[in-house]
Amino acid sequence: MIPAPQIAAGAGAGGAAIEILKLSKWYGALQVLHDVDLVVDRGERLVICGPSGSGKSTLIRTVNALEGFQRGEIRVGGVKLTREPAVVEAVRRNVGMVFQQFNLFPHLTVLENCALSLRLVRGLSGPEARERSMHYLTKVRIPEQAGKYPAQLSGGQQQRVAIARAIAMQPEVMLFDEPTSALDPEMVKEVLDVMVGLAEDGMTMVVVTHEMGFARQVADRVIFMDAGRIVEQAPPEVFFTRPQSERTRAFLQQVLPH
Amino acid sequence: MHYHDNVDYPPLLSRPNVFFPLLAAVFAGLWWFNAGDSAIGRLVAGIIPEGASPATQTLATAVIVTAFLAFNIVVVMRLPLRQQVWLVWGELAVVILLFFYSFDLSFAFIQRKIGFLLTQGLVTTLYISAVSITIATILALMGAIAKLSSNGIAQGIAHFYTSLFRGLPLLMQIYMIYLGLPQLGYVVDAVPTGIAALSLCYGAYMTEIFRAGIESIPKGQWEAARALGLRPGAVMTRIILPQSMRVIIPPTGNQFISMLKDSSLVSVVGVWELMYLARTQGQTEFRHVEMMITASLIYWLMSIVLELIQKRIETHFNKAVTR
Ligand SMILES: Nc1ncnc2c1ncn2[C@@H]1O[C@H](COP(=O)(O)OP(=O)(O)OP(=O)(O)O)[C@@H](O)[C@H]1O
Ligand SMILES: [Mg+2]
Repeated sequence: MIPAPQIAAGAGAGGAAIEILKLSKWYGALQVLHDVDLVVDRGERLVICGPSGSGKSTLIRTVNALEGFQRGEIRVGGVKLTREPAVVEAVRRNVGMVFQQFNLFPHLTVLENCALSLRLVRGLSGPEARERSMHYLTKVRIPEQAGKYPAQLSGGQQQRVAIARAIAMQPEVMLFDEPTSALDPEMVKEVLDVMVGLAEDGMTMVVVTHEMGFARQVADRVIFMDAGRIVEQAPPEVFFTRPQSERTRAFLQQVLPH
Repeated sequence: MHYHDNVDYPPLLSRPNVFFPLLAAVFAGLWWFNAGDSAIGRLVAGIIPEGASPATQTLATAVIVTAFLAFNIVVVMRLPLRQQVWLVWGELAVVILLFFYSFDLSFAFIQRKIGFLLTQGLVTTLYISAVSITIATILALMGAIAKLSSNGIAQGIAHFYTSLFRGLPLLMQIYMIYLGLPQLGYVVDAVPTGIAALSLCYGAYMTEIFRAGIESIPKGQWEAARALGLRPGAVMTRIILPQSMRVIIPPTGNQFISMLKDSSLVSVVGVWELMYLARTQGQTEFRHVEMMITASLIYWLMSIVLELIQKRIETHFNKAVTR
């Protein structure tokens, strides 16, 4: 039994939450990430955008080991990510994730969705887990739905539950993979509002999204990816007003409202 | 959210061009098969004038049965759906029981033997089935996980296992364990032989059911559970299996019912289970039919119990998606 590597909470406050070094990944013969370098500081809010198939999902999914990689190095909270189950577990404990398709557990109520991992992973007792779940369900403004099943909720409500489920684990970093892309337009705002609130609380966030309004409002840095490479990165005011590369300009033309 | 729905078509009574030809076909069938000469015909003979010709008797029988059927359909169709189902079920059960009754059975003989049939036969059958069902379920779960694992050796073993034990007739497996293993120096008793063969065979079938059930769960469920830090065992038992149950239970219920009856095959190695006793107890007094019918009804009753249990479990696992 290998002792689970501890991720030093707040070690060198302001230090790197995620360090990605020369990361390359292939699906068979197809290379989907090319020597990607990326450092995310503690408390930083990073937005990643780019055309479909550019490797945005793949990049953030390597961070919590949902995808493996062939070359390069990833450190999360200082811990080097390997295939070792204990390491993977330790990293996943400190990294929360929200998916495009919500991925709530349909056989569990909203409250149980949040409480299950608190009990199994964080070792909380039943009442403690339920209490903490209610706290975070209140935070995403949905406490009254606690007893319902996911199928009874709207898409926006489901995604807010998914956010509550992830942040109830009190991770150091939150990853979002297009959290509003599967939502009807009128529900996008309620989810983005919750995410803005989370940013104001100082959560380290990596958000793949095409919601450029959100990027302008909360991002410290916006990254543009294309064909498995980071093509451009800049603070939002620079990124949106003076994009350097031709590809970024073309992409922004498509996603920004004219 | 799933809502219950039915395959829908216009009610029979609103379609005379189906209803009347149906009645005509029943009438023709009764006439063609000389219904006057049957058990129903003999009942009918009691109410028509003495000494009627066979043709008259058949005609009367056909008319009465057809009229009764038509009346029955008209009445049943007026009831709510659930009551229709139960009423028709009950009517058909009565018809089947009447069919058995018409064999002119000796109930005294049945009464004398039924105690032994139940305490020895039924108990043995239930014991063998229950143990085999438990082992088969464990084998199936292991087989399914092995087939879906990233371990080549586990996959290879699981594929060979399902191929072999689905591929050989169950009867052959029973003989091979009972007669073959002693060749290697292991003598296996009859009951353990039966349990081993049933478990291995049904475990192989159920492996495929479990595999399909697990595979029916979207990838996102695995990912969400892993991303939350759940260990592989917890992902399987807390997230994947509970959801697969909706897919797994109906065919597994089938397997349980089927195994209950296939347990009769172990009578070939002399286990005193229900089928064996049904065959042997009737022999001394040439009352085979009595014993066969009694055993059949016992099997059927046990299947009905399993059906009801299955229904309850299904309802339980459906509660999150049906309202
Ligand atoms: N499991 C897989 N097997 C093979 N190829 C894959 C797999 N998953 C992704 N890819 C490929 O990897 C590339 C990057 O995919 P990825 O999902 O990371 O893109 P993305 O930027 O997230 O796109 P989108 O905006 O459509 O979500 C694409 O070419 C995709 O086809
Ligand atoms: Mg993607």
